[in-house]
Amino acid sequence: MAEWFGDNSGLLGLALLDGLASAGLIFLVAVGLNLVFGVLRIINVAHGSLYAIGAYAAASVGIVFASMGLPAWASLPALVVAAALVGGILGPLIERLVLRRIYGQEEVLQLLVTFALFMILEDVQKLIWGVQPVQHDQAMRLLGTYDVPFAGDVVPFTAYQLFVLPGVALVVLVGLAWFLRRTLTGRVIVAVTTDREAATAMGIDARRVFLLTFTFGAMLAALGGALSSPTGAIVPGIGAQTIVLSFAVVATAGLGQTEGAALTALMIGLGRSIAVYFEPELEVVVPYIIMVAVLLVRPQGLFGSTVARRI
Amino acid sequence: MPPTDMSRRDLLAGAAGLTAGGLLMAGSDADAQPQRPAELKIGITTFLSGPASVFGVPGRQAAEMMVDEFNQRGGIGGVRVRALFVDEAPGTEHLVGEFRRLVQSEGVHVMFASISSGSCLACTPLSRDLQKTTVLWDCATQRIFEEGPQPFAFRTQGFATPEVLAPLLYLLKTKPEFRTMAVINQDYAWGRDSWEMWRTGMEALKPGVRIVAELFPRLGAPDFTTEITRLLAARPDVIFSGHWGGDLVTLARQAAERRLFERSTFVLPVAEASLPILGRTFPAGHVIGTRGDHWNNHPRPKDPARLRALNEAYRARFNEPVIYPVHHMVQAFNALKAAYEKAIAAKGGGWPNDMELAAAFRGLTFDSPTATITLREDGQGLEDQIVGVSTHAEGTPYAIPKDMVIFPAAMVSTPVGMKSVDWLKTLKPDILAQVPAAISG
Repeated sequence: MAEWFGDNSGLLGLALLDGLASAGLIFLVAVGLNLVFGVLRIINVAHGSLYAIGAYAAASVGIVFASMGLPAWASLPALVVAAALVGGILGPLIERLVLRRIYGQEEVLQLLVTFALFMILEDVQKLIWGVQPVQHDQAMRLLGTYDVPFAGDVVPFTAYQLFVLPGVALVVLVGLAWFLRRTLTGRVIVAVTTDREAATAMGIDARRVFLLTFTFGAMLAALGGALSSPTGAIVPGIGAQTIVLSFAVVATAGLGQTEGAALTALMIGLGRSIAVYFEPELEVVVPYIIMVAVLLVRPQGLFGSTVARRI
Repeated sequence: MPPTDMSRRDLLAGAAGLTAGGLLMAGSDADAQPQRPAELKIGITTFLSGPASVFGVPGRQAAEMMVDEFNQRGGIGGVRVRALFVDEAPGTEHLVGEFRRLVQSEGVHVMFASISSGSCLACTPLSRDLQKTTVLWDCATQRIFEEGPQPFAFRTQGFATPEVLAPLLYLLKTKPEFRTMAVINQDYAWGRDSWEMWRTGMEALKPGVRIVAELFPRLGAPDFTTEITRLLAARPDVIFSGHWGGDLVTLARQAAERRLFERSTFVLPVAEASLPILGRTFPAGHVIGTRGDHWNNHPRPKDPARLRALNEAYRARFNEPVIYPVHHMVQAFNALKAAYEKAIAAKGGGWPNDMELAAAFRGLTFDSPTATITLREDGQGLEDQIVGVSTHAEGTPYAIPKDMVIFPAAMVSTPVGMKSVDWLKTLKPDILAQVPAAISG
């Protein structure tokens, strides 16, 4: 075994770098879904649509910025601006017009409603952006590449994927932990998550908390899409691809667990990249192997806690 | 000749038997003597959603354009044409139900199916069961006509084998010195089948090439960072990829940024549709194909004015460049028109029934803007393949092919009655001597 690690240490090092970039993006999408479920108790299938619209909007904003003659570095804040716009507009709209009507309803109904919303938003994307791939990669090109030494040669990585994606994910993780634990609004959210009835009885406006949380979750989904947009093409269907993986992360992490989502995203990102190097056929199933392995041992997820059923 | 599961004689006997059997089915719908209908209904299955809608929607747009064009000229056989569309994206179970609905409830006169090979494999048996002429307008799987006779199914373009073999021959002719190679293909039927055919052909024509990586990321993967690192570390001389649509755009952009194109020669049989989106990001010097012969800079189109008119009309109406599914849909409509005209003439001006329409398709010859296409006796169309090497020309904002080779369809297509992999195993290096000269420019 030690000999195998010795022989493949270079490849494992490359896989680690790939895994970190992948984990960063997975975390950004999944953490929003996890947060929304933790507070609103709704599994939001339309989260994937918010990711896709965030990606489309980021490309559009980037193209507009470029056409206005703004400097190349403006493509980086354009990503954040797009995510804020998508989350800030669509988040409250969806929460007020749709979700507010199904709080406390059966889970099947909630799933069906958010799935319907997902389908509608898929068509909206096609109406606005068409079906041909959309791309705007200025942010990735702006930062250039970073050469990693390997076997007497170098392997170029984009600085965007090596530093920006994991960096933003780390900032969101730390910022979210600080926000939820150290600010009044964060503590209110945690209170509603823990016991909505008790929190409401103590004067907390749960509806406002729901609106705030969903909007924030929508922004995180859109941020994930926006950050992914410089590295890939945006096409119809990317929302569906994303939401499936996000559900695996949420289920593995434990519903509502931010740190759990980070750890799970890291496990999945590293697991997939190592699989590509040494057993490519397993790459697609690695997230689900991890999920099944964790749930067999801890049905409540890595960081989830068992909740006594009230009678 | 190696053993095959189905000889040419068996196939022809099967087709003839089924046709004769059908003709003896007195009173069947297929054999009924129809009146000239008020409108000619065409059921079209295509991807209207999901990642493959990058091809499916241009296909639908081309169909709408052709319907309008035909109707402005009096329709087909004097009958106005109407298209009814079905989305392939929900899957084959849904598609099979929709196929039946279109035939049995809507009463369509002919079906056009499909983009996905899986969809075509699901629809083709229905064409036989329902005795409804079905034009396979875009799918590529070689299995359709290799696994049994198809009395009511006809493909109006090429198929996977020539689409893979032509780039392989081009590579062997132009860059024969390569020693190592890798594959990165989408993990589904086309990705797996195309690699099997490439590898089989390569082992027959250039044995000893070392495969250093075989990567099959899932269809629709949003990121290829890890796969590209793996390829950069493996340093293959050649990388084969059947990627298409958004997946190819993502792969090419990430590969370009990380200088993978500088280290390895890419062979991309389905590159054409993604080149306009990639712009100058797609570099020069790589082998590119278009699933046929319909490059917009075709060096010797059969009808240059018609090719130019199609490009201009499509761009004017949809504000997009023409890509290969548009050509495939145009070919399907042209074949349908030619088949009806042939069947009507054979019937002395009468309107053909399903059996007579299917009979007209067998051996049909029709014109596309770039060539004349003939449907073989098994129903498979013979479409030439043009492969070239990417270049950046002045005035064109994206890569186009140069040094193009027009591979005659018969040269790169599996003969009737043989299976593709078996046939590819029989290839000898002397086939390279038959490769036509590249057309410089």
